[in-house]
Amino acid sequence: MKKWQDNKGWLFILPVFIIVAFSAIIPLMTVVNYSIQDIFGPGQRIFVGTEWFKETLTDPRLHEALWRQLLFSGLVLLIEMPLGIAIALTMPTKKGLGSSVCLVLIALPLLIPWNVIGTIWIIFTRPDIGLMGAFINNMGITFDHTASGLHAWITLMLMEVWHWTPLVILLAYAGLRSIPEAYYQAARIDGASAWAIFKYIQLPKMRGVLTIALLLRFMDSFLIYAEPFVLTGGGPGNATTFLSIYLVKIAVGQFDLGPAGAFSLIYFLIVLLFCYLFYQVLLNVGKGESS
Amino acid sequence: MAQISLDEIAHSYLPFPKTDADYALKRIHNIWDDGGAYALLGPSGCGKTTLLNIISGLLKPSKGRVRFGDTDVTDLPPEKRNIAQVFQFPVLYDTMTVFNNLAFPLKNRGFDTAYINARVKEVARILELEAVLHKKAEGLGADAKQKISLGRGLVREDVAAILFDEPLTVIDPQLKWQLRCKLKEIHEQLKLTLIYVTHDQVEALTFADQIIVMYEGKIVQIGTPQELFEYPDHKFVGYFIGSPGMNFLPCTMENGKARVGEHDIPLDDRTAALGNRATGSLELGIRPLYLTIHVQETAGSFQVPVQSVEDQGSYRVVALAFNDQTIRARIAENDPVPGSRAWVSFPKKWIRLFENDHLLK
Repeated sequence: MKKWQDNKGWLFILPVFIIVAFSAIIPLMTVVNYSIQDIFGPGQRIFVGTEWFKETLTDPRLHEALWRQLLFSGLVLLIEMPLGIAIALTMPTKKGLGSSVCLVLIALPLLIPWNVIGTIWIIFTRPDIGLMGAFINNMGITFDHTASGLHAWITLMLMEVWHWTPLVILLAYAGLRSIPEAYYQAARIDGASAWAIFKYIQLPKMRGVLTIALLLRFMDSFLIYAEPFVLTGGGPGNATTFLSIYLVKIAVGQFDLGPAGAFSLIYFLIVLLFCYLFYQVLLNVGKGESS
Repeated sequence: MAQISLDEIAHSYLPFPKTDADYALKRIHNIWDDGGAYALLGPSGCGKTTLLNIISGLLKPSKGRVRFGDTDVTDLPPEKRNIAQVFQFPVLYDTMTVFNNLAFPLKNRGFDTAYINARVKEVARILELEAVLHKKAEGLGADAKQKISLGRGLVREDVAAILFDEPLTVIDPQLKWQLRCKLKEIHEQLKLTLIYVTHDQVEALTFADQIIVMYEGKIVQIGTPQELFEYPDHKFVGYFIGSPGMNFLPCTMENGKARVGEHDIPLDDRTAALGNRATGSLELGIRPLYLTIHVQETAGSFQVPVQSVEDQGSYRVVALAFNDQTIRARIAENDPVPGSRAWVSFPKKWIRLFENDHLLK
């Protein structure tokens, strides 16, 4: 039988292709379609080429939102990655009740819906009835996330760290558990310090899972929407207007589908670019070392 | 370097062991000489690795004391014990170069750079790792990786002993042989105490001066390869050492001869005297190598049906039905192969008697 007659094999990937087409390719192409047209109403549209892209790229409010977004994701990674690894290192190593209880407690925040998290923290940090808000204000420090941009940021960071550090912990913990006991035994025989064990055994062996944790946390925090939306709707002022919030304002608030489409595509490409960079860096980190 | 004494060691992995069966190591009381090459030989689960980890300090024994020379080290952690250990699977620090891997045990102990350099180069030369010394350890083959593990064991000069936990399991047969010779050579040069755990008798026999055979948490015999082969203390040693294992035939004593079923097998005077004194259940043991097979009737031989003949390359194994039991004999490649019947004789010199599984002596 000749090779070209074997095309039946393609049928096997047809179901996946159809699912991906409906879930990703068709919606994406719709966005591409919007991004190059100006739409006035049903049936009324004109082709505008790259105009929306030019407009979006030069929009100063988008630049602000992008820097805000980068700062936010940067802070999230800087806090959550080391914290998650540190907590994973202190968790019980032996199988048993202790580690099971720990894992369940740590995973709890991950089980709460996003919008509920926002509501929990709004109430928790309210100066009048919130446990944390009232406590801080009673100490004489004014804390109000609806009035101060900084306070809104602090509240958001707390929320984010509380919600998502558990994911880093779980991944790091899984990575630590997969290290064979012989490595620790050899390190003890070699007289390695706890720091040397961390640096030369635990960290390199966790590289794979930490790469995944970093990528997931970057993407998620870069696309953050529900939390700032629930907390202050992007305010106070524009203090927490991140890319996604700004995008929704354009698309839904002003119904500018053309610029929104162009914005979405640029947003998508930025996320893709950063993920690629992180992945490449982590893949090669430590490989250049020689004596 | 020092003599290693194990004083009434017993170990259980359970927190509150009750019966004897709860102990992985039952009672080990032994002194191992400085500079000896020892092999711990036994089937999987007999407690070899447990014993090794007790010596290195990775495990603290439930009972008993471990001494290096005059120092009691039972309560010391491994890093304070001056001991090196090589594990079954190569353990490497992936992100380091081969050089840094070898230097790691020395750096942790704060030796100066010049000494470390010289020492690492020396070990790399012995193990033929010089070519890859500045490469990353991660990308190397399994055998190079295990050589690095070996090297980390050899790099410290001050160690009391180097312990090997089946270190050649992952190595190809050809290289296995080379590395074993290398170890033997290193032992002769450096006069280090080496303790080598294995379940492979060939490995143990070629490597060690003294073999410690373990079975179900106990040491059943310590001896040179020859002693283990010719005078196995326990039936287990007879089975476990030699290929195929020793033949055992239940017997009774009749007029200074061993009676197996209807056959009377003559014994030499010493063995017969031992047999006559015994009161427990007796068994006659003989190595397949020492059974003599004839293709025609010979004086003093027994005619037996042949069950099978297996070609093992340099020798053949003949299975014979002897008094409802199967016994095996080893014949050389060039010896005549018997047909459906053979005549077997038991040379007096090689017959051993066992009472309740233990050698009479």
